[in-house]
Amino acid sequence: MTPSKAVYNGIKDTGIDFIVSVPCLNLRELIPMVDMDPEIIHVPVTREEEGVGICAGAYMGGRRPAILMQNSGLGNSINALASLNLLYGIPLVMIISHRGVEGESICAQVPMGELTTKLLDTLGIPYFLPDSIADAAEDVKMAWGSALDEKMPSAVLLPIPFWRG
Amino acid sequence: MKRMDAIREISGKAVQSDALIVCNIGIPCKELCNIRDTDSNFYMLGSMGLASSIGLGLALSRPHRKVITIDGDGSVLMNLGSLATIATQAPENYLLVIIDNGSYGSTGDQPTATAKGADLVQLARGAGNSLVREACDHQQLGQALQDMDHGILVVKAEPGNADVPNIAMCPEDILRRFMSGSCQPSD
Repeated sequence: MTPSKAVYNGIKDTGIDFIVSVPCLNLRELIPMVDMDPEIIHVPVTREEEGVGICAGAYMGGRRPAILMQNSGLGNSINALASLNLLYGIPLVMIISHRGVEGESICAQVPMGELTTKLLDTLGIPYFLPDSIADAAEDVKMAWGSALDEKMPSAVLLPIPFWRG
Repeated sequence: MKRMDAIREISGKAVQSDALIVCNIGIPCKELCNIRDTDSNFYMLGSMGLASSIGLGLALSRPHRKVITIDGDGSVLMNLGSLATIATQAPENYLLVIIDNGSYGSTGDQPTATAKGADLVQLARGAGNSLVREACDHQQLGQALQDMDHGILVVKAEPGNADVPNIAMCPEDILRRFMSGSCQPSD
């Protein structure tokens, strides 16, 4: 089981059927899996905030939406998460490649890497951190359950060691 | 043409074609609510720039239902990437109407870049959209709305706001009411 396949299985088990994405190197296998799935509407977007808006519309149209992005995109999405999702009570699963942590080789990733959980805590958005590849599918499922129950976004944080398997 | 008159025309078109409306933040929402408040209207109260994105997600999710987004020049300028994403998806049930009054109308009528030469029609075309039209007066707007079920329509309007009351509903109620209509499986 590869890390990407484990996350994909979680997406499928959860019935997530609408996904927007902004690429990250760590998402390079997962994004094509989603793109080729006939049961999932996949919309590549130009910026994560835009994707949050598209996902909100998809939820309003009866879909189960998720965004695939790097944690840098969380910073690009803060206002939308607060003044759209939190304001109206709109669920969303954010599947996040968490860069700027253990094993990071690019210094520019580090500031947002260190801020990611603090930003989520400040927003009051719960997040799930799979202990192993085997746990990833269950964590995606729990993230959607949480988003639906709490009527707000939730996140699955997938740091560099996760993608190394 | 005043923005409220343009919104009245668009709302009429939505009723005629049983379309859902996503309406831009600020006074445009209040003007729409004042003209015709229906459960097919979604009033976007925050997240400036994202009306065209919300409408796109909705249109892709409900391919058999028409969706119209009423957006503004200042908001579209804040999310220009949306024009490119709409072009890549090009849903046939999605009409984006941008009311371009060259002004940040809800914050004191500061000029936007379109007041100084930025051209939203060219930007929309340059982003890859094939069906883009401009309406400069009431008659052209009526004709364009009659002709267009999808694509992007840029409507030139004068700056200025109508004197209309705030929307009385809370955000949760706006969403609940809208989804009770927009989520019907028969769509």
